[in-house]
Amino acid sequence: MEQFFKDPSIYTFVRGPLLWLAFLVFFLGIFYRIATTLREAKKEKIVYPYLSLRYTLRSLFRWLIPYGSISMRRHPWFTAITFLFHICLIAVSLFLVAHVELWYESWEIRWWTLPVSLADGMTLIVIFCIILLILRRLFQSDIRFLTSSSDYLVLTLVALPFITGFFAHHELVLEYKTMLTIHMLSGEIMLMAIPFTKLSHMFMFFLTRAHTGSEFGAVRHSRDF
Amino acid sequence: MEFKRKPVTDIGIDETLKRFDEDKIKRAIDWVLNREASARLKVFVETCMRCGMCTTSCHHYLSHDQDPTYAPAGKVKQTIWDILNKKGNVTKEDIKKYARIVFSECNLCRRCVQFCPFGIDIAYLLSVVRRICCLIGAVPQYIQDQALSHMQTTNMLWFRQDEWLDTVQWLEDELKAEIKDAKIPVGKKNAEVLYLAHGLEAKYMTGLLTNMAKIMNVAKIDWTVPDTDGWDYTNKAFYACDFETMGKIVKTHYEVAFRLNVKKIVMGECGHAFRTGIYEGVRYLGWKESPIPYIHGVHFFYELLKEGRIKIAKKIEEPVTIQDPCNIVRYRGMGKMLRYIVSQLCENIIEMTPKDDHNYCCSAGGGMIDAGPAWKSARIEGGKIKAEQIKDTGAKIVIAPCHTCHKGIEDLNEYYKMGVHVKFLTDIIADLMEIPEEMKP
Repeated sequence: MEQFFKDPSIYTFVRGPLLWLAFLVFFLGIFYRIATTLREAKKEKIVYPYLSLRYTLRSLFRWLIPYGSISMRRHPWFTAITFLFHICLIAVSLFLVAHVELWYESWEIRWWTLPVSLADGMTLIVIFCIILLILRRLFQSDIRFLTSSSDYLVLTLVALPFITGFFAHHELVLEYKTMLTIHMLSGEIMLMAIPFTKLSHMFMFFLTRAHTGSEFGAVRHSRDF
Repeated sequence: MEFKRKPVTDIGIDETLKRFDEDKIKRAIDWVLNREASARLKVFVETCMRCGMCTTSCHHYLSHDQDPTYAPAGKVKQTIWDILNKKGNVTKEDIKKYARIVFSECNLCRRCVQFCPFGIDIAYLLSVVRRICCLIGAVPQYIQDQALSHMQTTNMLWFRQDEWLDTVQWLEDELKAEIKDAKIPVGKKNAEVLYLAHGLEAKYMTGLLTNMAKIMNVAKIDWTVPDTDGWDYTNKAFYACDFETMGKIVKTHYEVAFRLNVKKIVMGECGHAFRTGIYEGVRYLGWKESPIPYIHGVHFFYELLKEGRIKIAKKIEEPVTIQDPCNIVRYRGMGKMLRYIVSQLCENIIEMTPKDDHNYCCSAGGGMIDAGPAWKSARIEGGKIKAEQIKDTGAKIVIAPCHTCHKGIEDLNEYYKMGVHVKFLTDIIADLMEIPEEMKP
C-alpha cells in the first residue's frame, strides 16, 4: 500500500486529473443538488410565494453569528466547538500557504495566507473538535440515539485530510511525499462527498434557513432563532 | 434506548388496523411520499446533522426525565426515518407506534424548529406521518369522530342548525337580564363583524358566548353570527392532517362571510382554528392570504382597548401569569398584543420563563386533548414542565386565550396541585368592563 502511494505517477495523477475531477464533482454536484431542490420546491405551494429576503437575511444573520440564537445561548459549549471547528476548517482549507502555493503553481493567482504556526494550531483545533464531536456522539444519550454509522463516516471523511495534512507538514509516520499524496487524495474524496452526503449541509443550510426564516418572519410573525 | 410505553387502547387506531393489510398501508405511504411530500421532506431529512440542538427544546423530553425517545429528532427517527429506511414496507405494529408518537407525544408546537441550526421543520416531518396515519384511518377515535362531525355539520359536536339558532336565541334572552335590549344579530347582512364561536360555546360553555355578546353590545359593534352551519370556527380535521376536510371548513367560513357581506371575521380565543383560518386553510384553498381580515379574539380585544371602545372599571390585583398559545404567538406573533391587554386588566403580572414566542406548549395542543380520554395521561405527563413553570411564577391566575391551553392547564392544575385558576380574556373583560348607565336594565 505504502509502495503504491510512493509511486510518482500516483502523485501526478492525484495532483492533476483527480484534482480536476474533484473540483468538477464538487461544483457541479452542488449546482445539481441546489437546482433539483429549487425545482422540486415548486411543487410545494407554500415555499416560493412566501419567501422574503428580509427574513431570510435575518435568519442567516442570527445563525451565522456566535450566540445569535436562543439555541446557541442554551448550548454554550457546543456552540463554541462548532464555530471554532467550522472557522478553522474553512480558513485552513482556503488560506494555508501550501494550498495557495499550489494555486500559484497552476494558475499564477495568489491571495492572503495564514501564518504557518497559526494554520498548524488551527489544524489541531479541527482535529480536536472532531474528537469532541465523536465523544459527544458516543456518550450523550440523545445524540447516541440518533447516530448511525454514516455519521461517523462523515466525521472521518472530514478528519482525514486534516490528520494527513498535519502528518505531512511535520513529516510524521510516513515519508513526506507519500503522506502528501494520501493527504491530497483524502481531500479530494471529501470534496466529492460534499454534495452527496450529509456534508451537503454546507450549502443546504442557506436553503432551509431561507424557507424557515421566511415562514417564521413573514407568515408566523415570530422568531426562528 | 428503547421505546418503552404503557399500553393504551384506542379503537380508532387498533380496530382500523385490523381491517387493513400491509399492502394498503404501503399504498398510503407511497401516495404521501411520492405525490404529496416533496422538496421539504427530502431536504429536511437529508440535512439533519443529528446534532441534538433540538433535544432540550421539547417539553415532552424535559417532562419525561430526558428520555431520548421523546426528543424531537428522536421522534423523527422513530417515525419518518424508519418509514424511509424501510421503503414504506412497514407492519401494522409500526403504524401503531408511529400513530402513538405523532398523536400523543408531539403537539406540533414548533418550539424545536426555533432551536434547529438548519431550521428543519420537525413538526412538518411529524405531520407527514400524521397524514399517512390519516389516509390509513389510524387516528385516535375522538379526533376521527370530531372530524366526521365537521364533514357533516361543519361543527365539532354534531350540533344541528336549529339547535344553534335556538341556543343563540335563549342566550340573547338571558343577556337581556344584564344589558338592556341586548342583541345577538343572526345572519344580518352588511355587518362589520361576523363572529364565529367555538363549538363548545354553543353546548357546554355558553357563558363564554354570552360574555362575548356582552362585550360586542357594550362596545357597540355592528356584528352578526351565522344563521347557517359554519358558525363553529374549530377545525379538528386539521389535527389528523385531513386537509380536504380542513379546507372545506375554512371555505364554509369564508362563504358565510361573503354571503353576509361582512367586513371581517372575528373569532374567539382558540389557537388551531385561527391558524387554519388565517393561513393553513387559506393556503390549501389556493389563496395567498385571507381574502377578508380574519381576526383573533386577542387582536379584537387589543383594538377595542386601544380605541377605547370598552373601558375597564377595575383591575385584578391577584398575581397573574400569561400562557402564550403556540398557535397565536409562535405561529402569529401576538405576544405583544396579549401583554398589552393583560396589562390593562391586571395589576400584578409575573411572566413565565421562557415567555412569549419561546414559551413552552401547554402539552394539550396539536390535537392531544382532542385525542380523548385514552391519551389524557400522555398530555398530563408531557405537561410536567409546564406545571413547574407555572408554579415557579407563584401566580394565582393563568390567563390562557385558547380553549386547548385553557382545558389543558386546568387538567395540569388538578393533577399537579398548582392551586391556580385558568381564565379566558373574554370572561375577565366581560367581568371588569364598565357598563354604561343607559345600558343597565
